[in-house]
Amino acid sequence: MYISIHRYSKFNVTIQTDQKKARGDTDRSNGRPTVSTNRSRERPRRKKKRYGERLAETLIRAVSFTSFAIIILIFAFVFREATPLFFPPAQQTVTTEDLQQETYGDDESLSTNETIEEGRKRSTSIETAGGEADFTLDNLLGDEWQPVSAYPKFGILPLIIGSFKVTIIAILFGAPIAILAALFTAFFAPRWLREILKPTIEFLSGFPSVVIGFFALVAIASIFQNIFGYEYRLNSFVGGIALSLAAIPIIYSVTEDALSSIPKYMTEASLALGATKWQTALFVVLPAATPGVFAALLLGVGRAFGETMIVLMATGNAALMSLDIFKPIRTMSATIGAEMAEVVFGDTHYNVLFFIGSVLFIFTFALNAVAEFYVRNKLQKRFRGAA
Amino acid sequence: MNRKIFGASFVLASAASAAVIVAVILIFMITIMIGGWDHLTWEFITAAPEEGMTAGGIFPAIVGTVLLVLLMSLAGVPIGTITAVYLSEYANRNSIFTKMIRFAVNTLAGVPAIVFGLFGVGFFIQFVGGGMDSFLSGTGEVHWRQGNILWASLTMALLTLPVVIVSVEEALRSVPGDYREGSLALGATKFQTIVKIVLPNAYTGILTGTILAVGRGAGEVAPILFTGAAYYLPHLPSSLSDQFMQLGYHLYIMATQSPDVEATLSIQYATAFVLLVLTFLLNFAAIILRSRLRARAR
Repeated sequence: MYISIHRYSKFNVTIQTDQKKARGDTDRSNGRPTVSTNRSRERPRRKKKRYGERLAETLIRAVSFTSFAIIILIFAFVFREATPLFFPPAQQTVTTEDLQQETYGDDESLSTNETIEEGRKRSTSIETAGGEADFTLDNLLGDEWQPVSAYPKFGILPLIIGSFKVTIIAILFGAPIAILAALFTAFFAPRWLREILKPTIEFLSGFPSVVIGFFALVAIASIFQNIFGYEYRLNSFVGGIALSLAAIPIIYSVTEDALSSIPKYMTEASLALGATKWQTALFVVLPAATPGVFAALLLGVGRAFGETMIVLMATGNAALMSLDIFKPIRTMSATIGAEMAEVVFGDTHYNVLFFIGSVLFIFTFALNAVAEFYVRNKLQKRFRGAA
Repeated sequence: MNRKIFGASFVLASAASAAVIVAVILIFMITIMIGGWDHLTWEFITAAPEEGMTAGGIFPAIVGTVLLVLLMSLAGVPIGTITAVYLSEYANRNSIFTKMIRFAVNTLAGVPAIVFGLFGVGFFIQFVGGGMDSFLSGTGEVHWRQGNILWASLTMALLTLPVVIVSVEEALRSVPGDYREGSLALGATKFQTIVKIVLPNAYTGILTGTILAVGRGAGEVAPILFTGAAYYLPHLPSSLSDQFMQLGYHLYIMATQSPDVEATLSIQYATAFVLLVLTFLLNFAAIILRSRLRARAR
């Protein structure tokens, strides 16, 4: 058997690599001894082919590194544009009155190259004392967001509050519905209904967020205003409800998967002990799937927190510091979306927007990391321990 | 007795929740459909906006969207497919490199769309575009250092990369191991096996991934807000350095920035309807393909 394989060196190579992948696969362990004995007898022509093979693998490996490289690049480039706020260069690009007036005079001409070039020349030519940099940092943590004014204020506190407010509303409204619907799909619904329900609700995740935002703007806002009779048509409540439409399919889908992945013997044992179906669902399955539900919530929060178009269209976009849910808000993502197109490159405002982007990125990155490592490990351990 | 009531109401509440979600989806679609139905004519789809976007059609926006997703797929699908090939065929499950890539793919899927937009500005426009300008012309003329369809579609390609990777990898894994072993046993190398046996057998999955990515890319607006989408253009984009109109961006502009929002409401509904139908069809096609794929895997 070995001898016949020996002649075809190609084959041995593939067995070797295959084996590397399938290590632990006990029924394939006979390939190994042939590899080492054969290598010395390689003829040059064969070797060439192996180089080609190795080259292909290296290239594929290199391309697959792209995803990781992109994450690094996002870190590097989004943060890079925000750093001048904290490490001001010798020639600080602080915005001054005349610069503001010139660049914000008319929106349309902003995109033309002349203005940008001119603005950049001007902003680099303005020298300021070191004291001005502290002013920016203090300014950043202030409670007023007025980037376009004689004395621009870049307080991101109202934006952070706005983001959290709308996310909390969306999750408080969306999560119970999504989790209950997932329980219904996984346990109580008859099979035919389940086959319809799951794709239908997951289908909602394919809705473009701009269309959800539009729906909130023209329909939800008016309906709610009629019901609750609040003053501002667009506010954090409307935005939160619209946002829950984006968060619900994710929470639902991940929760449903977690519930369905609970081993059958757990539900069967519970039912055999005389528990009813709903008792089993509520006291056996849901606790067992808690890490999965938690992951679903984290993903839902991440989705809601980073969403731009819905909040941009449905929350009124006024940077108010208020806990009243019927007041308009301005979120971090919406601020970037609304203002980025109109800022001057290298301007403080530009840097602040990138800083907000960095905060958004770090926050969602942390959420994903927690969902990825902590929750998954816990879920796996729990089942490994049980099984 | 109390318990029974609680149990019944619990089941009822869960059923009601599912019903509420489905009802909202239906109301959503019906509202958009009714609002846009009257305005949705063949002319609306094939004509350019007129009279300061208060009349006419959305043809340039449709063309822009199609071009955007085409360029996006050209850039993103090969990279996504190769990454999936690596993860499914070459990767050692426990190596740090593989874990790094998996973590990156998962993270990438969770990065907010608007951050991709910022990245597009910081990296593609300022860094790459600025570099190309100073390298190619050297005269200080701004040609690449501004939003255009190339930068927008590359930004979108990054956003949709995880979608492609996940679907293609699933498809590759559904190709039976016997096929690979048969090919290897006949003397084909690993690379030959992948190119001639594994990939052709996984084409449905590659197609599914592409369609899902296109559906996502056609609907996202945040990444292109400042990487190349234009408010209004009198002509269609003709080169990679042109700006473009896009359906979602068009809807956003019409609904929030237009001087007379009420007058154009039916245009907005019709635009939303077209966008919704487009993504609906794409997602539906992907679901059908995927269920066929899964049926075969079983």
